[in-house]
Amino acid sequence: MIGRHKHCISLAEYSREEILEVLDLAVSMKEVLQRPIKKVPSLRGKSVVNLFFEASTRTRSSFEIAAKVLSADALNWTSSSSSVTKGETLVDTAKNLEAMRPDVLVIRHSAGGAPKLVADHVGCSVVSAGDGAHEHPSQGLLDCFTLREKLGTLEGKTVAIVGDISHSRVARSDIHAMTKLGARVRLCGPPTMIPAGIETLGATVHYQLREAVEGADAVVMLRIQHERIGDPLIPGTREYSKLWGLNAKKAAEWLRPSCVILHPGPINRGVELSPEVADGPQSVILDQVQNGVAVRMAILYLLAGGNPAEAGEAKA
Amino acid sequence: MAEVLFIEGGRVIDPASGTDGVRTVILRDGKVAEIAERAEKPRDARGIDARGKWVTPGFIDLHVHLREPGQEYKETVATGARAAVAGGFTAVCAMPNTKPVNDNASVTELVLARAAAAGLARVHPVGAISKGSNGEELAEYGELLAAGCVALSDDGRPVLSSALMRRALEYAKAFGLTLTVHEEDLQLVGKGVMHEGAAATRLGLKGIPGAAEDVMVLRDLALLELTGGRLHVAHVSSRGSVRAIREAKARGLAVTAEVTPHHLALTDEDVGASGYSTDFKMNPPLRSTEDVQACREGLADGTLDAIATDHAPHSAVEKDVEFDAAANGIVGLETAFPVCLALVRAGALTERRLVEALTIGPARAFGLAGGTLAAGAAADVAVLDPKAEWIVDPARMYSKSRNTPWKGKRLAGRCVMTIVGGRIVHEEGRTER
Repeated sequence: MIGRHKHCISLAEYSREEILEVLDLAVSMKEVLQRPIKKVPSLRGKSVVNLFFEASTRTRSSFEIAAKVLSADALNWTSSSSSVTKGETLVDTAKNLEAMRPDVLVIRHSAGGAPKLVADHVGCSVVSAGDGAHEHPSQGLLDCFTLREKLGTLEGKTVAIVGDISHSRVARSDIHAMTKLGARVRLCGPPTMIPAGIETLGATVHYQLREAVEGADAVVMLRIQHERIGDPLIPGTREYSKLWGLNAKKAAEWLRPSCVILHPGPINRGVELSPEVADGPQSVILDQVQNGVAVRMAILYLLAGGNPAEAGEAKA
Repeated sequence: MAEVLFIEGGRVIDPASGTDGVRTVILRDGKVAEIAERAEKPRDARGIDARGKWVTPGFIDLHVHLREPGQEYKETVATGARAAVAGGFTAVCAMPNTKPVNDNASVTELVLARAAAAGLARVHPVGAISKGSNGEELAEYGELLAAGCVALSDDGRPVLSSALMRRALEYAKAFGLTLTVHEEDLQLVGKGVMHEGAAATRLGLKGIPGAAEDVMVLRDLALLELTGGRLHVAHVSSRGSVRAIREAKARGLAVTAEVTPHHLALTDEDVGASGYSTDFKMNPPLRSTEDVQACREGLADGTLDAIATDHAPHSAVEKDVEFDAAANGIVGLETAFPVCLALVRAGALTERRLVEALTIGPARAFGLAGGTLAAGAAADVAVLDPKAEWIVDPARMYSKSRNTPWKGKRLAGRCVMTIVGGRIVHEEGRTER
C-alpha cells in the first residue's frame, strides 16, 4: 500500500504525504543501486508482470530492473496491437494474467483509463506505466525525486514544462506531483498543444518560451512526437525548434545558471533540445533514468508488500 | 374490445388541453371519452384509484434505438417497447440505424410487424435520409412514408454533404416529413470521446468541442432557410446549438429540437467521478455545466420542444472495454421520468413544461397523433407516482441492455400504469419481467 492506495494509477489521487512516502523510500532504494552487488531479497517470492500495449524500452526495462534488484520475478508481456484488434479484450487479458497470481501488474496502454479498468477487474495491485494522455505516475515521481536531489526541495521552486502538453501524460503527472510538493508550474508550448482547462490543475500557461523559462529552477522539455507534425498542430519541426526548442544560446541567455533541464526521453535531438544542451552541464536527463529505477523499486516494494524484516536490509 | 377504464382521484396534467387538476378520466373504445371534475362510474367500467398520482398523456419518445433487425442481442422491438411502457412511454420513434438500415419499406414493415406482435407501445419507424445512411444518395421517401415512417434521419451519423442535406430538406417537403438530424462535424470531432474541457484534460481523453455540434446546426439552419423544409435537431447538447435554435425560431423557421435526460442531468465531470465508466460515454458527449444550464433554459423557455431519451442499448461486449473503444450511448426509457422530475424539484423546470416536453411537444415536432387527453384522442395514458422512490437495478430493467449511468442510484418518480389504446400494458408490480 502507498498510503491509502492499493494501486499507483494517478497522482491526482495521491496526497503530498503519499508522494513523499515513495520519494523517501526511493532514497534508500537508490543506495542499493550504488552497491557492488545490486540485489536485495525484499520481494523474494513475489512476481511482477509488465503488461505493455505500447512500445516502450526505458520504462519497461526500468520496471524490470527494479523488480529484479528487489528479487521479485518479472515477466514481460508485450502486445504490439491493442486489445481491440487482437480479439481478446483488455479485461480478459488482465484476468488471464491475474490467474497466474502476480503481486503487481504494471500496465502501459494507449487508452486513458485502461489501468483503472484493469484494476477494477483484478485482485492484485496495478501500476500505470502510462495510459494515453492521462498520467505516467512513476515518471512524475521520478521527476520530483530528481528535483529534490538537485534542488533540495520543490517548496517554492518554479518548474517550466515545455512542449506538447495536450498529448503528454508526463506533464499531467508532473503537474499533480510538483504542485502538491509546493512548486509553481508554468506550462509552455504552441496554443494548439495546450489542452482546454489545463490551468484548473494549478499551472500557468505561456506561449513564449522565454517567459516560461526565465527565472525557473527547472525546465522539463517534452518530446515532440513525429505524428503530431502536420496533425495539424504545428507547421513543422523547423519553426517548432526555433520558437519552443532549447539551444545553447537561449539556455545561456534565459536560464538561471542553477536551472536544471529534464526530459522524459527519448530525446528528439535538434527539435526540442539541441545536443549541446542535452549533454550539457545543466542536463540531468541521465540522472532521471537512474532515479527512475529507484522510484519504481519503491513503488513495487510498497505495493507488493515486501517483508518488513528484509526491508530494513534494503534500507540499511 | 378493451374494457372501459375509470381513472379516479388523480391529478390530470394535460398541457395540450390546459388541464391541471384532480379529474376523472374515462376511457372507452380505445379513446378518451371524457375528462370530468365529477363523474359516476359506469357499471361496466374498471375503476383505477389514482389518488396521489399524476395522470398524463402517454409519453412520446422521438428518439430510440430498438436494434432490430440486426442487433437483437442488444434489444428487440418487443423488449424496447416493453421498456418504453415501463417508463410511461406509449409511443416511440425507432431510429433507422439498424442492420440493415431502415431505408426501404421491407425494414419499415418488419419493425411495424414486430411492434404489432408485441402489442405494447406504439412504434413509429424513422426512415433513413440517405440510402444506407451513407450520406451519398437520397433514400426513397415516398416509399418510406407509405410504409409507415413518420420522419427521416441518418442518426448516428451527420449528413456531411451540405448539398445532399439541401436536397433532402427540399425533397422531403413533398411528403411533409421532418428531418431529424444528428449534428456533428466529424473533422472537429476527430478521435474525441468526451466533451473537450478541463475534465477531458485531467482524464487524458480526447475532447469534442461544443463547436463540433454548433457549426452543423448553424449550417442546417441556413439550409432550412434556403429550402423551407422541416428540421428537427436531435439530442441538442451545446449552448451554441440552443442559442442558434432560439434565434432561428424567433425568425420563424420551421425548426424543432429535443434534449435527452442525460444532457439535462449530467456533466463531463461525471465521467471522471465515475472512474471512466463507459455508461457515461455517449454521442453527443456529456457537456459542461454551462451547456447543461443552457439546455435546461432552452427546455424551460420552449426553444427545445421535447425530451427524447436516445435510448441506446449496448451489451457488455461493447461497454466493458477501454473508454476510447467503448460504444456510445445509454438506455434511457425506464429512467427518463424520474431523472427529469428531479429537474422540477431543482427548480429548473415547471411540472407543466416537463409533461409538455414528454407529450404534446414531441407529438407536434413530428406531426404525430396523441400527446393529449382531449376527448376523442387515443386512450394513451401514463399514471405516475411522483413520490415513489426506487433504486435503479439494471438487472431488473425491462430493456435487454444494462448500460445506465444511474445504476445503483436512488430516484424519485415512477410510472405505475401505462395504457395504450385503452388497454393496460404495464402495471408496476403486477407485470412479469
